[in-house]
Amino acid sequence: MPNSVSPHEAMLRVEARAAWRLAAPTALLMLLLLVLPTLAVLVLSFTDAELGIPEITFLGLDAYADLLTDRSFLGALRNTAVYVALVAPASILLGLGLAMLIEAEVGGRAFFRSVYFLPVVSLIVAMASVWQYLMHPTIGPINLVLGLLGIPAINWLGSSDNVLAALAVIGIWQALGFNMVLFLAGLTAIDRTLYAAAEMDGARSAWDRFRLVTWPMLGPTTLFVTTISVINAVKVFETVATLTQGGPAKASETLLWMIYKEGFVYLHVGAASAMAVVFIALLLFLLVLQTRVLDKQVHYG
Amino acid sequence: MTRILRLAVLSAGAVLVLFPFLFMLSTSLKPQSEVFSAGLSLIPSHWAIVENYGKAFTRIPMARILLNGVVVCASIVAFQIVFALPAAYALAKLRFRGRELYAAARITGLLNTLAVLVVPFTLSVFAIFLFRQFIKAIPDDLILAARSDGLSEAAIVWRIILPNAWPAASAFAIFSVVAHWNDLYWPLIAISKTQLATPPLGLLFFRAAEAGDDYGALMAATVVITMPLILFFLFAQRLFIEGMTMTGLKG
Repeated sequence: MPNSVSPHEAMLRVEARAAWRLAAPTALLMLLLLVLPTLAVLVLSFTDAELGIPEITFLGLDAYADLLTDRSFLGALRNTAVYVALVAPASILLGLGLAMLIEAEVGGRAFFRSVYFLPVVSLIVAMASVWQYLMHPTIGPINLVLGLLGIPAINWLGSSDNVLAALAVIGIWQALGFNMVLFLAGLTAIDRTLYAAAEMDGARSAWDRFRLVTWPMLGPTTLFVTTISVINAVKVFETVATLTQGGPAKASETLLWMIYKEGFVYLHVGAASAMAVVFIALLLFLLVLQTRVLDKQVHYG
Repeated sequence: MTRILRLAVLSAGAVLVLFPFLFMLSTSLKPQSEVFSAGLSLIPSHWAIVENYGKAFTRIPMARILLNGVVVCASIVAFQIVFALPAAYALAKLRFRGRELYAAARITGLLNTLAVLVVPFTLSVFAIFLFRQFIKAIPDDLILAARSDGLSEAAIVWRIILPNAWPAASAFAIFSVVAHWNDLYWPLIAISKTQLATPPLGLLFFRAAEAGDDYGALMAATVVITMPLILFFLFAQRLFIEGMTMTGLKG
């Protein structure tokens, strides 16, 4: 029954075929470069695979049990959490504060925006080297300035007590400008008449206007900025690789640095895969959290 | 009064943010003896420009390394756009079963993060999301007109969709370049020859070759290696800031 296909159906078929031709290369690459590597990592994560050693033992969930009792790994988790707890809130609050100041400023807006954005476009590894010099215990300008103020010299990167704080200073400096431009976009999108309305309702002080209009209207932006800041901080790698290599005494060993070292330096492919799975599970958890909050709590006005 | 206070805070913050750049430039001009003795003075009393920058260009093949960075970033961006744009167009404007698959594909964005840990390069799921969203807003009439002019679907992608999705494409390009210009993870794993190094790895090689505390030369190398992207930014500030905002908020 060759005539049973209506012209409309025939057209749809042509359209679908064209669509597949356009999407097929991408779909194939997705399979090869995303899905298969992920499956490989998942499978390897249950084994004790090491590169160069032919025998592989299947450990099953024991692989994860081992990981969760591994002190180095728990240390890396803790270090990453501390780093995120230092960098994310500071870079979000400072980004918001700067965006509000710049938004209110008429004359120098473009100038200040560019100045604060400069670290975002500066090579991290290079700027980390500059920070290393700035933080040098004896000749570093930071300690020299502190000395002028009568504050004793701090061994920024060399002491396990404050190496994470030192890395966090660099992380905040780097992330600040990015958060600022995101908040600026959010601020410019707020309807000006809302402020006039709030004022008529008795919101006299700047704090009242912030509390009643700016903060609730910025809700979605703040949530996005928070997620991006947390995820970027969890992924800290360049500064650790350049400045501390996880030291001193593993005090700055972070998750991604440890995955890199286990997988590509020690070639413990199985253990590194399990760590990568935990790393992704953590990011997944953060994304789910974001969607939950987005669905439930963020309402305009 | 409020304005003066605001400008004072903004200026003080600006000085703090620029502090590393000031010392990077100043130290790159100083001889080693002065780096260790001169304290906080920004202007050197003896200049060592030729010495420091000479080392920056000769200890490592600096020009070659910067070129490597440009080639790597440009290839990655081109690769990502060439694969993402046709797929995004099909998902946005054509009716096919792939759309149902796509609905389940939000998870692949996360696979992206995992995949870059284990394969050296991959396609950007984010680019597909971003382009699809943008292409949806392009009027259907434009595509229908092109189709009745006899353009194939592939020709529509490159001759109609690309020019109309240019803001999204350039925003993504900037986002991708900033990310890959900075990336150290894969170069550290895959590249051992200085000749093949990208800028971040090149700087690590320079640091390794420069075993001592020759901060003058190291700062000269950091000036040279950070300059290309900073200059690009200074000449195309709106493009950068709007691009990073768009990709940031959609990410």
